[in-house]
Amino acid sequence: MSTETQGPDLSGDELQGDRATDRNIKRLLFGCASITVLTTIALFLVLFDNAAGYFYGARIWEVLIGQESFRQTVSFSEFFTGTRWAPVRAPPAHGVLPIVWGTIVITVGAAFISLPIGTATALYLSEYAKPQNRNRLKPILEVLAGIPTIVYGFFAISFVTPIFVSAVGALFGISVGRYSMMGGWIVVGTMTIPMVSSISEDAMKAVPDDLRNGAYALGATKYEVSLRIVLPAALSGILASYILAISRAIGETMAVSLAAGYQPQLTANPFEEIMTMTAYMVSLARGTSAVGSVEYQSLFAVGLVLFVMTLTANLFNDYLKRRFQEVYR
Amino acid sequence: MSTERKGDVTGRSITDVDLSSEKFKNRLFYGLLLAASSFGVVMLVFLFADIFYEAAIGQREFGIELGRFLGNTGSQTPANAGFYSAIIASVWLMALTVVFILFLGISTALYLVEYAPDNRTTRLIEANLANLAGVPSVVYGILILALVVNGAGLGSVILAGAFALSALVVPIVIVASIESIRAVPDGMRDGSAATGATKWQTIRRVVLPQSLPGIMTGTILALARAVGETAPLLMVGALFTDTSVPGGPFDSFSSMPVQIYNWTFLPQREFLALAAMGIIVLLVVLLLMQAVAVYIRRKYERDVSLTGV
Repeated sequence: MSTETQGPDLSGDELQGDRATDRNIKRLLFGCASITVLTTIALFLVLFDNAAGYFYGARIWEVLIGQESFRQTVSFSEFFTGTRWAPVRAPPAHGVLPIVWGTIVITVGAAFISLPIGTATALYLSEYAKPQNRNRLKPILEVLAGIPTIVYGFFAISFVTPIFVSAVGALFGISVGRYSMMGGWIVVGTMTIPMVSSISEDAMKAVPDDLRNGAYALGATKYEVSLRIVLPAALSGILASYILAISRAIGETMAVSLAAGYQPQLTANPFEEIMTMTAYMVSLARGTSAVGSVEYQSLFAVGLVLFVMTLTANLFNDYLKRRFQEVYR
Repeated sequence: MSTERKGDVTGRSITDVDLSSEKFKNRLFYGLLLAASSFGVVMLVFLFADIFYEAAIGQREFGIELGRFLGNTGSQTPANAGFYSAIIASVWLMALTVVFILFLGISTALYLVEYAPDNRTTRLIEANLANLAGVPSVVYGILILALVVNGAGLGSVILAGAFALSALVVPIVIVASIESIRAVPDGMRDGSAATGATKWQTIRRVVLPQSLPGIMTGTILALARAVGETAPLLMVGALFTDTSVPGGPFDSFSSMPVQIYNWTFLPQREFLALAAMGIIVLLVVLLLMQAVAVYIRRKYERDVSLTGV
């Protein structure tokens, strides 16, 4: 903030100068604040513009200045219903389903770990834990949340898949490769537990004690109070934490790509390698894709699908949060 | 939540209700909750054990020395590979990012708290912040790839990486700054205005100094998030192995997490050991940043509470 300010001088000119400074500062600050909105607008423009290049062979601005014209290169029906994703291979295939499937199956599998465990942890912290146990467990969860995702990727490749998933696979007589869907479930599930537990715990703590005491007075046990009073009363907050964890799992990149792999396929076998949308984007970074090439444009088409998915989740989360705040104020 | 359950004495004395199934259910439920809560702890123990085990293997079996590891630049041969250029690149990234996020974060927060009228534009800016915080980090990566790396023709340079990281973490700084600027008591603003200070003078001499500790804490936490980010840098075009030390914002770059990713990705066991050592360095850096944030919070919490009365 290097803006000059005047000394204590009481002449009218100085006051005018001060006012002008104030107005300019206000404009400058507004400009900074609007950068955040511009970022969102830029996100939409860039994603749509390049995705248009993918589907129609020409960027929107190129058409606007009359340099190019739209010609369909990838049809929407192929994109959304095709079952083979290989835009870079020799006979290109543009079906996005396998990598959308990869993202969904990882997200759902991780949710089966993070949602129940996160909720149970929150219930333990808010209803059962003694203060000293609480003070020990909470920092551990914070560490879990603060560890970079690349470290979870390392954990998947060096421990979870070769030791844990392989052992489970051996039970079924399946040999597990370097990457596996189940490895993705475990690391993404683990890393999203703290989100669920911390936000759900806040929601449970906001439940008034009167409700609990009323139930106890009717002869309810602690188990009944936890499940029938606290959980329903904190439901919207808990749901918000679920949405947040799911949205995070959808956008998760490094851990997923190192755990689940780079092979786009429609499979439900948890011991097989699959590819998520984010892993596809990372796999392109490993090659050098020229600007304007199909793989470069596909990056943005996939990014757009990803962005729309997480945006939907976040908007839903906003809605739940507003409801949650209304209940307890 | 802390309400003590009254014993079942009265129930038992009036009628002979068998509560053993209830007790069993309660105990089972408590056991389940305990088991679930310990899951995270167990995973964390495994995670750290795994990292140190791999790093120890690297030292013992592959002869990777800490000194060489910290001093050498990236290399294709595991024995010579080092972390130095990645560390320097991360330092450059953080140095640029902190400038962007401090400026943008404080300005936006000041506008929203001190100046913004309560109208639709303001609500749009606020609602948009929550949305931005939820955008996946890869998406910020391709945004900067299209706008800065290729659009502005800057190429895959440190500055572009810093832009991507700033876009990713600036919402954290804005939210932290808003909270700590709002926490400055209105009495102090009024007092300053009563002495004839203009709004900007009040902000610069009264509001900002008061809210600075909170802003700094938020900024450090944002940097801690940024320093561990890999995906946006990969999208922007960070090098997997940088054999030269970057010397400025317009040099090509790797970074600590990108280098760790590359080592983890390579199939040889030696590289996994290198990745483990890189992770230890990264985690130590994160730990130091957290410690500084906690220190600032502790130190100034008292001061603010004193002056806030």
